[in-house]
Amino acid sequence: MTDRSSTNNITQTLGLTTEEVFVAHEPGTSKVMRLEDVSVAFNGRPAVRGVTFDAYEKEVTALIGPSGSGKTTLLRALNRMHDTQRSAKVTGRIMLGDTDVNDRSTDPTLLRSRVGMVFQRPNPFPTMSIYENSVAGLRFNGVRKKSLLDEAAESSLVAAALWDSVRDRLKVSASTLSGGEQQRLCIARALAVEPEVLLMDEPTSALDPIATKRIEELIGELKDRVTIIIVTHNMQQAMRVSDRCAFLLMAEDRSGELIEFAATSKLFSEPDDPRTLDYVNGRFG
Amino acid sequence: MTTLSFDSSADPILSRRAEIQRIASASVKRRKVYSKVGIGFCLVCLVIACIPLLAIIGYTIAKGLPAWTTTFFTQPTKPEGIPGGGLYNAIIGSLIIDAIAIAVTVPFGILGGLFLAESDGRIAGAVRFAADILTGVPSITIGIFGYIIWVKNVGSYSGYAGAFAIGIIMVPVIMRAAETAIRGVPTTLSEAGLSLGARKLTIARRVILPAALPGLITGVLLAVARGAGETAPLLFTIFGNQFIQTNPAKPMEALPLAIYNYSSQPYNDLIQIAWGGALLLMAVILVLNVGSRLISARLRREQR
Repeated sequence: MTDRSSTNNITQTLGLTTEEVFVAHEPGTSKVMRLEDVSVAFNGRPAVRGVTFDAYEKEVTALIGPSGSGKTTLLRALNRMHDTQRSAKVTGRIMLGDTDVNDRSTDPTLLRSRVGMVFQRPNPFPTMSIYENSVAGLRFNGVRKKSLLDEAAESSLVAAALWDSVRDRLKVSASTLSGGEQQRLCIARALAVEPEVLLMDEPTSALDPIATKRIEELIGELKDRVTIIIVTHNMQQAMRVSDRCAFLLMAEDRSGELIEFAATSKLFSEPDDPRTLDYVNGRFG
Repeated sequence: MTTLSFDSSADPILSRRAEIQRIASASVKRRKVYSKVGIGFCLVCLVIACIPLLAIIGYTIAKGLPAWTTTFFTQPTKPEGIPGGGLYNAIIGSLIIDAIAIAVTVPFGILGGLFLAESDGRIAGAVRFAADILTGVPSITIGIFGYIIWVKNVGSYSGYAGAFAIGIIMVPVIMRAAETAIRGVPTTLSEAGLSLGARKLTIARRVILPAALPGLITGVLLAVARGAGETAPLLFTIFGNQFIQTNPAKPMEALPLAIYNYSSQPYNDLIQIAWGGALLLMAVILVLNVGSRLISARLRREQR
């Protein structure tokens, strides 16, 4: 691969102009994912509507709000997970760099290799070894080169703070790991494909506090590598891990809407909307 | 463009990302074709698997429908060689035998299933294992069992003996279906009952069984469909009867047995009647299957 083509690839995949690649990256300078007036409806009934915000590179963006506010629904729209459900319809524009996520010409499988996902419950493939789990996404995407697989496995397991404890038992079944380790393996599995964006759907809700702490630390370490959008029902967690926060709330018609999007420090101390203030002060939800 | 080298060499992650995305995009066409071929293959297999089913249904309808006359449903079979006659004797026989079998096995099956669902002990394990084995026992074996246990001891072929054999087929099916249905009731419901000071039996009667009702009904109807279609258990137990017999203590006729017997006769009108019987049996089983789905779907909706 020549340098020129790789750079073209990078600029393309990141959706940046060439100039942007060469500016030094400060957090929050470039928008990796842009949502414009995004709505998701099931059987014609809106579950979340009219959401507009941007996710910035090298940042963690948290989606917070009480249950029913459509956080997870919105998150799943970002890598077209709603495709599997016929009753779901996503409208509005979601841009990943200059790729229109919902455009007909966008291949959902290729999109998902650029936008990874970690789920509520750890879901490693039970019949695969730790190693096979970590490179599963690469294999699914047609990577066969052993050196690339090994490199990606190590790099992703290191990044997921799992390498030291599993390096000697890579061939062991993933189901022998503890819950927290399994979730970190799932993060490694998502990272191995080197996605540009990592979606996390309440990744610690099934874990104990110690495992939760480790995942939260991990999130902080990972944001240099990948843009993270995380759904959490836990305000303290949002405060601890995120740089920006989107606060969603269920409207009168029972569909979720975005109340406020701001830097986390601002949203939790001096939000613009009184409802945000009530929520972050624990007056409801 | 001298600075071009800094990106890919300086940042291994970016260069790996670029390589992975290149491989992924390059292989996406091939993967799409694979996917299409695979789905196509699934469809072909599905069609092939459905052909025998559709052929049997079609053929039975074509052959059996002409036999469905008023006499078919209202008259008993005439002796060989004499035209006319129907299957009324077999229909009434089947109804009585299956009704007896249902009346006896449903309580056993459901209470047994309740026990299995609530207990994980050794006895439950053994019973579950036995029930699974029993489900798989060839029905001819159960016919012989019915003959030895009932016909030999009582001294005559009878509808009761047939109901006994059919019941043996049905009990394990109901029991396992009931167990599954009852296990499907969230434990939070029984915990709610416990927290209110209810005893186990009260919870079972007032909370668990009502909540499991859709599944129980499905299980019972499917077991009936299974039992009603069995021939072998009846072969050694009810003997068959060309006359109308409503006393289950006497030898009776039943639909599967009549089909079995008449289809091997050299008389065209008897073979015709056998086709009609086959169609009737198929229709009944279809109705039971569809009906069980409808009933349970409806009950589930009401429970919500």
